[in-house]
Amino acid sequence: MAASVLSVERLSRNFGGLAAVSGVSLECGMGEVHAVIGPNGAGKSTLINLLSGDLPPSSGRVRLDGRDITGLSSDRVSRLGVGRSYQKTNVFLPFTVFENARLAAQSRLPSSLRFFRPAASLRHVNDAAERAIGEAGLAGREGVAVAALSHGEQRQVEIAMTLATSPKLLLLDEPLAGMGGEEAARIVELLKRLAADHAMLLVEHDMDAVFALANKLTVMVNGVVLESGPPEQIRGSRAVQEAYLGGDEEHD
Amino acid sequence: MRSDRTATVLGIVLLLVLVALPFFAGKYYVQLATKIMIMAVFAMSLDLLVGYAGLVSLGHAAFYGLGAYLVALAAPQYQAANFWTSLPLAVGGAALLAAAIGFFAVRTQGIYFIMVTLAFAQMVYFVFHDTKIAGGSDGIFIDVRPDAKIAGWTPFDLADFVQLYFVVLVAFVAVYVLLRVVLRSLFGRVVQGIRVNEHRMKSLGYSTFRYKLAAFILAGALAGLAGYFGAVQYGAVNPEMLGWHLSGSVLMMVILGGMGTLTGAVVGATAFLLLELLFQSLTEHWQLLMGGTIVLVALFLPHGIAGLARPLFGRKDG
Repeated sequence: MAASVLSVERLSRNFGGLAAVSGVSLECGMGEVHAVIGPNGAGKSTLINLLSGDLPPSSGRVRLDGRDITGLSSDRVSRLGVGRSYQKTNVFLPFTVFENARLAAQSRLPSSLRFFRPAASLRHVNDAAERAIGEAGLAGREGVAVAALSHGEQRQVEIAMTLATSPKLLLLDEPLAGMGGEEAARIVELLKRLAADHAMLLVEHDMDAVFALANKLTVMVNGVVLESGPPEQIRGSRAVQEAYLGGDEEHD
Repeated sequence: MRSDRTATVLGIVLLLVLVALPFFAGKYYVQLATKIMIMAVFAMSLDLLVGYAGLVSLGHAAFYGLGAYLVALAAPQYQAANFWTSLPLAVGGAALLAAAIGFFAVRTQGIYFIMVTLAFAQMVYFVFHDTKIAGGSDGIFIDVRPDAKIAGWTPFDLADFVQLYFVVLVAFVAVYVLLRVVLRSLFGRVVQGIRVNEHRMKSLGYSTFRYKLAAFILAGALAGLAGYFGAVQYGAVNPEMLGWHLSGSVLMMVILGGMGTLTGAVVGATAFLLLELLFQSLTEHWQLLMGGTIVLVALFLPHGIAGLARPLFGRKDG
């Protein structure tokens, strides 16, 4: 396995007296898909928020390609090559599909303090947006306002935007949530293809998708890592069985 | 698109009417039209913040008022200021003030942004109201209008109401075109993205502070431009030109006309000033009628008066 793109050391975040994430360490290398699973309230989304800069951690370290990015704001983290998608669709509803992806691609320009350059006139930005829309399976829907799309399609916009920023590390918070079977299968195929030249950290409840994609799993319960290892190890783990997999069929 | 063409034709017709106006209208109407265009520039500058960037400012008169005061302050007593230096001074001064206020204000959100802009603007108001600068609370007359002489030649005379009208018309059209271009630029799209979803803009890698501050400075500079011509036309400046009453009025113009469209700001400024005249002619309690009108528009016309034309044109950015 290649050197770690993402390296997390004893990361913690407290909300008042509650330790939402406590002492989590994990690694994710290029070409690796690292899935974080666990019951609701295990701290998975908080963990993603800590990694993306949406929330500052209480303690611990986050490194990207060896560089300390702990506590950097989300825009700086994004510019360093981290793309994230949100569990709750977080897009620009009044804008078209194309404009959503175009704005995402535009963010890679050194500066957007350009007051006279028409936004639609930059060929490489338009191409990057178009490519991301195609990869997310939305070709032909460019001109539609996102508010008019189905929930599943809005999820695909979420992914297109993440891809349009050309990240090397993908942080995907339940990318399949709310998608129909066909759309979900398409996204799983897309993620498999992306895995080759990205590092990917994935939070997902769909266990079939998780085991189809991940080559490493981390199981979280109550903010701490219960167990971490390759899929076979996790599948065979008694502790995990009891705490999660074999327990209540909580996941959708 | 056909609707686009309709709008373009309508715009050209309006422009021709404006150009022809002084040839068939009397002094009163030319001066009224001058005042409307000045307020339209002021309203468009605020709409950039309120309608496009999602920043509701209740202190925008500070920049208008500073632009106005700089006309008076740039002139030696009983003499004319130089138009070519005092105009950049007014616009630049307003931009600088906007940079200073915006540096703190755009860090806040929603109701706090409203309060911070209001508080800063009131501080500026009291600087001019409570000190001896430019006549204190009484304000000061601009004895002689700025002189546009350049290399021995005077292209226009601002003391002449028709020539002032045309200079203001040029400024009005220039600001409209400038904002159209800026709103379609890379910067303009970022600003509109911030209004819709600032959190997502940050997670896409945009340092939103920088863009909001730039929008605030641009809006302040254009308000300063409006204030400059406001002072030139009025022939005097006083602290009310910086006050929160005027900040409220211009915000009402933007809401009345329809937020988030430049035509809305222009329509709003026009409607506000004309309604003001109409209601004043009816009763001395005209503010009641004005208030009622604003309430009705807010309740029944979510896209303002300009929104009424929407079914005709289909598009909403313009």
